[in-house]
Amino acid sequence: MTQAFDRHTLFFPETDGEAYTLGPLQSGPLCCVPEPLIRVTNLSVSYGNHPALKDVTLDIYRGCITALIGPSGCGKTSFLSVLNRLTDMIPGCRVEGGIRIGGQDILAPRLDVSALRREVSMIFQKPNPFPLSIRRNIEMPLREHGMKKRADLDEKLERVLTDVGLWAEVKDRLDKPALALSGGQQQRLCIARALALEPSVLLMDEPCSALDPLSSGVVEDLIGRLKGRYTVVIVTHNLAQARRIANYAAFFWLRERVGTLVEFGQCRQIFEAPAHDLTAAYVNGARG
Amino acid sequence: MIWSKRSTSSPSRADARLAGLCSAAAGLVAAILLLIVLFLLHESRPVLQRVEWLRFLTDASWHPAEGLFGLAPMLWATLVSSAGALLLAGTLGVASALFCRFYAPPSASRWFRRLVALLAGIPSVVFGFWGLTVLVPIIASWRPPGASLLTGILVLTLMILPTVALIADAALAAVPEIYLRGAAALGMSRSGTILGVALPAAKGGIIAGILLAAGRALGETMAVLMVSGNVVQMPHSLFDPVRTLTANIALEMAYATGEHRAALFVSGLVLTGLVILLAMVAARFGEVRHHG
Amino acid sequence: MAEAESLAVTRRWLPEALMTLAVWGSALLVAGIFLWLLGDLLWRGAGHLSWSFLFSSPLNAGRAGGIAPILVSTLLILGVAVAAAVPLGLATAVLLAEFLSSHSRFGRLVGLSLDVLAGVPSIVFGLFGNAFFSIFLGLGFSILSGGLTLACMVLPILVRTAEAALRAVPDDWRLAGAALGLSRTAALRHILLPAASSGLVAGLLLGVGRAMAETAALIFTSGYVDRMPSSLFDSGRALSVHIYDLSMNVAGGDGNAYASALVLIGLLILINGTSLWLAEHWLNRRILTP
Repeated sequence: MTQAFDRHTLFFPETDGEAYTLGPLQSGPLCCVPEPLIRVTNLSVSYGNHPALKDVTLDIYRGCITALIGPSGCGKTSFLSVLNRLTDMIPGCRVEGGIRIGGQDILAPRLDVSALRREVSMIFQKPNPFPLSIRRNIEMPLREHGMKKRADLDEKLERVLTDVGLWAEVKDRLDKPALALSGGQQQRLCIARALALEPSVLLMDEPCSALDPLSSGVVEDLIGRLKGRYTVVIVTHNLAQARRIANYAAFFWLRERVGTLVEFGQCRQIFEAPAHDLTAAYVNGARG
Repeated sequence: MIWSKRSTSSPSRADARLAGLCSAAAGLVAAILLLIVLFLLHESRPVLQRVEWLRFLTDASWHPAEGLFGLAPMLWATLVSSAGALLLAGTLGVASALFCRFYAPPSASRWFRRLVALLAGIPSVVFGFWGLTVLVPIIASWRPPGASLLTGILVLTLMILPTVALIADAALAAVPEIYLRGAAALGMSRSGTILGVALPAAKGGIIAGILLAAGRALGETMAVLMVSGNVVQMPHSLFDPVRTLTANIALEMAYATGEHRAALFVSGLVLTGLVILLAMVAARFGEVRHHG
Repeated sequence: MAEAESLAVTRRWLPEALMTLAVWGSALLVAGIFLWLLGDLLWRGAGHLSWSFLFSSPLNAGRAGGIAPILVSTLLILGVAVAAAVPLGLATAVLLAEFLSSHSRFGRLVGLSLDVLAGVPSIVFGLFGNAFFSIFLGLGFSILSGGLTLACMVLPILVRTAEAALRAVPDDWRLAGAALGLSRTAALRHILLPAASSGLVAGLLLGVGRAMAETAALIFTSGYVDRMPSSLFDSGRALSVHIYDLSMNVAGGDGNAYASALVLIGLLILINGTSLWLAEHWLNRRILTP
C-alpha cells in the first residue's frame, strides 16, 4: 500500500525517542551542527500553467532555524507547503524536483502523507485552533494517532502547554473553548498542538504577523527556544525578527514573475555581507 | 515512540473507505432520477405501444373506457392556469420585493418578509382547502359554478407568490449599492432608479425566480384539484371548470387499470418533461447572471 | 414660464406617485390576503381544537372525533423519510463538498440529477412511489412506501443544504487538520461536521417541513386508512391527506378539516421557524468566530 515513513531516521543521532520528553526547552543541545536534514534539489512548483517557484536547491540544517525572506508572492509559502505535501490539497498544483528529508524521498507518490505531516508540522499565519475546548484541541489529534490512555494524554497536555508557556495561563480553564483565547494564546496553542505530535521539523508561515506586537514578541521568544530541539523553517517579512532568531536565511525574489532562490547562507552573512546585489538592496532598503 | 506503527497507514485507508461509501450513496441518489424516468416509461408502455405519441395531443377527448386518451384539454388547462398565476404572482411578487427593498420602513419590511417566508411554508392542501371554502362560494355567487379556471389561477397565485417575492428580494439585495448611489447622484427619482437601474440589474435573478415558480405551478396538484371543478374540457372562459394534468392523475389513479393507468403515467412523463425543460432554461439564466 | 415649471413638476411627480401607489397597493393586497387566510383558519379552526381532538380517533369518517392515529401515521411517515434520506443525503453532501473538486465529472452528474429531481412534481413522485415501492417492491399502501417516496422527494433539499453548510466551514480547519496528519474522516467527525451542525439541522428541518406539507405524493403510496397503524407495513393517513379527504370527500367535514389545517400549520411554523432561527444563529456565530 503506502510507503512507510520511517521516523527513526529523523531523530537526533545521539538520542532516542525519549529525547522529546526533556524538560524546559532552554536546555536543548547546542544548535547548528551543520548537518543537512532536508535536501531540496531543483524544486519547481506550478499552479495550473502558472509557475510559482523555479529551480530551488537548498539544504536545511538539523536543529537550526532557517528564515525564508523576500517580497510577497515570491513562492516562500509554496516552498513551505511542499515540505509537508500540503500542496496535495491544492487542485492543479504540480511539483517537480527532489526533496529528501532524513534521506527519504518525500515526493514519492505512495508515501504515507499522514505520517509525513506528523513529522513535519505546520503553523499558519492566522492562528487556527479548532472550535473545541483547549484540552480537546491537543488531545483529539493524539487520540486519532493512537494515544488513548488518560494518564498519557494528561501528562502530554501539561508538558506541551508548559513548553509553550501557556500552562499557567490556561490550566484552570482547559475545558473552555479555545476560540475564546487571545490571538497570541491561540497561536501558542497551535504550536503546542503541533509539538504534542513530536514532530522533528516545524514549518511556520509568518506565525507572528497576525498578532499584536506584545503577543508577537512572546511567540517569537518561544520560536527562539525551539532552536536545537526542532528544525524550524520560518517565513517572515519582519527582517529584524529573522535576524534575531534565525541561524540561516534564504532570500527569494521574483524573476520574470517566477519565484527563485537568490541567496542562501548563514543569517549573519546574509544581513551583513550579502553576496548578491539584490539581497543587499532588499535587506538594506527594507531596513532603511 | 508512543503510538504503534500500524496506526500510521490507517488514515488513508479510512479515507478511501469513506470516499467509497459516499460515492456509493451519491451514485444511489443519482440513480433515483434514472429509476423514476425508467419506471414512468415502463408503466406507460402498454399505451405507448398502441397509441402514437401525437395522438395524446390530437385525440378528441379523454374517454379512458373507450380507449381515447386526449390529453390536450388538460394540458391546456395546466398551461393556461400556470400562465395566469405567473402573470399575477410575477407582478405582485416583484412589487412586494420592491416594497421590501425601496418603499417600506425597515420594521415594516422585516415583518412583511417574515409573513412571506411563513407563507412559503404553508402546504398546498391548505391553500386548496381555503380556496374551496372561501373563494369558491364568493365567485359562485357572482358567476356559478365557482370552482373554475379563475379560482385555480387565484389559488395558484397565492401558492407561488412567496417564491417569486423571496427570490426577487434576494436578487434586488444583490444589486451593488454603488449602482443605486450612482443613480441617486445623477438625480434620478426613486421610480427612475428602480425601473432604470435596480430592476435591469436584478433581471437575471428575477427571471430565474419566476421560472422556478413556473415549475411549481405546473407541478402543483392539490391546490388546483380542490378548486378548479375538474371537468375535462378546453378552457374557453375564466369561469369554466377545468381539470389539469396533475389533478387528472390524482383523481383517476385510485381506480385506473391497464391502458388507463398507463395513460396517467404518460401524463406524468409529459409533466416531468415540461418541468425539466423549465429547469434547464432557469439554469441558463442563472449562469448568465453569474457571469454577468 | 410659471406654467412650464409646474408642468415639469407634475411630470416628475405623477409617475412617482403612481409607482408608489402601485407598490404599496400590491404589498397591502398581498399582506391583506394572507392575513385573511391565516385569520380565517384561526377563526374557523380554533373552535374545534382541543386536547381531546389531538388524542382521540376520528369518528364518522372524520366528521367527529379527533386525529390521534393520523398524527401517529404522519410522524411515522416522516420518521421513515428522515431515516432513509439523512444518511444518503449526508454522505452525498460530504462527497460533493469534501472529496470531489468542482470540476469532477461524477460530481457534476450527481448535482445535475439533484437539480432535476428538485423540479419533479410531487404527483410524479406519487406515481413513481406507487409503481416502485408499493407494487414493484411489494410494500403495498403502507407507511413505509409513503416514507420512502418522501425520502426521494426531499433528498435534493437535504443534499444541497448540507453541502452548503459544509462549504461554509472555513478552510483553515481543514488545513490545520491536514497539517496535523489527521485523516479527512477524522477531520469530518471531530471538526467539520460539528462545526456545520446548525446548518445541517436547519436543512434537515427544511426537508421535514417540505415532507410534512406534502399530499399528492402520499395519496397513492401511504393511502387513506385512518386507523391507528400497528406496523410500518400498515397504511396510514397523513395529516395533509386527512385535510384533503375531509374537504373533498366528506360532506360536513369542514370543521375538523379547519382544525387539522391549524394543527398542520402550527407544526410547520414550529419546524420552519426553528430552521430559520438556526440558520441565522449559525451565521451569527460564524461571523463572531475569528
